[in-house]
Amino acid sequence: MKTTSVHPPQTAIKAGLFNCHGCSLLVRRPSNAFTGSVRCPRCNTRLHIRKPNSIKRTWALVIAAMIFYLPANLLPVTITTYMGSTQSDTIMSGVIYFMQTGSLGVGLIIFVASIVVPISKLIILCGLLLSVQKGTSWRPKDRTVLYRMTELVGRWSMLDVFVVTVLVALVRMGYMTTIEAGPGAMYFGVVVVITMFAAMTFDPRLIWDAMEKNDESTTC
Amino acid sequence: MANETTLNETTLMACHGCDLLHRVPALPEKSRARCSRCGAVLVAHRPNSIDRSLAFSIAGIILLFLANLYPFLSLESQGVVLNTTLITGVIMLVKQSMMGLAALVLLTGILVPFVLLCALVYVLLSLKRGYHLPARRRMFRLALILRPWSMTEVFLLGILVSVVKLAKMATIIPGTALFSFLALVCALAAVNVSLDPGLVWKKMDQ
Ligand SMILES: [Zn+2]
Ligand SMILES: [Zn+2]
Repeated sequence: MKTTSVHPPQTAIKAGLFNCHGCSLLVRRPSNAFTGSVRCPRCNTRLHIRKPNSIKRTWALVIAAMIFYLPANLLPVTITTYMGSTQSDTIMSGVIYFMQTGSLGVGLIIFVASIVVPISKLIILCGLLLSVQKGTSWRPKDRTVLYRMTELVGRWSMLDVFVVTVLVALVRMGYMTTIEAGPGAMYFGVVVVITMFAAMTFDPRLIWDAMEKNDESTTC
Repeated sequence: MANETTLNETTLMACHGCDLLHRVPALPEKSRARCSRCGAVLVAHRPNSIDRSLAFSIAGIILLFLANLYPFLSLESQGVVLNTTLITGVIMLVKQSMMGLAALVLLTGILVPFVLLCALVYVLLSLKRGYHLPARRRMFRLALILRPWSMTEVFLLGILVSVVKLAKMATIIPGTALFSFLALVCALAAVNVSLDPGLVWKKMDQ
């Protein structure tokens, strides 16, 4: 389905419109009002031209996620007790266990969800932030697609948190073996939540704002 | 459904991905309009949107109750059989004083989906029946905010992975709740596919 963009190509910001983040209603920007206090007449969401302090907030969340990612991987996520002896497993040792015991597919799923997804998400967000701060006009469409992917795929990193929960539920008092959750699982959950917020606070429209600035400077 | 089509006249929309303004015409059946600059989906036509998303939401609530009432997995090891319900993991985490982790699982796996579905039923039922229930807009806004935090499909994958891990050490017997949970994941996916937020907002404006 083809849409007709308004001619000449115009953006909401240039047309003096807020695009409501909650319901996509276009609201005319009052010229006099203090812009921080305008709310959507339809859904009451606070209206912003761009997400407020997007770059600073996203950086803060990305750095926090990187810091928490270390204990998430170094500390055990499960502690297994069998007849008095205990064994601690980190995310990586869990992956290796699956691969060695012949469940290659399951090992790969955990590896992708717990290691590939969060790391690539953090790298992509860093790259997007740097590109926006530099004001580059390099492949804006691809960068927007990358952003959309980080937003969609992040939830799957929660996989290991759920695996630990189910293991703890299934292997408990009453058997000779018990499994307890380790501190790594908590840090890992924190990383997933923080990276989801980081993707939400980043504003992909900043990628295109830089483009338009460059256009103006070359044509004028 | 006549008023659903008359609602779709040409509307002005801005892309959330790149801010470009578009005139979006009335969409033909099952088509979607994409941004001409960045490719983001602006609107998608969902056939029979209100009825379908309402039906799937109600089904989801029922399935969520079933998934919590019955045992979802039983494990037999060294002659001992223990039943496990969906909430057992959360209770065990609380007992191990992993409060944060317990809260995270309780929220993303059970509570958020429940509140999300209830909010949708409240809003969609009021639209379908023409009731003017209070705080409809706030409820719908809540549902949209909660959407990314409902993670039942990840939970389901987590269950499958744990079963593979334990299958070598013990016999695992799937229970009624496991199948209810599987159906719940499908119902939530169906809600996501059939819900058209733009249409709901427009109907509430009338
Ligand atoms: Zn709004
Ligand atoms: Zn766009």
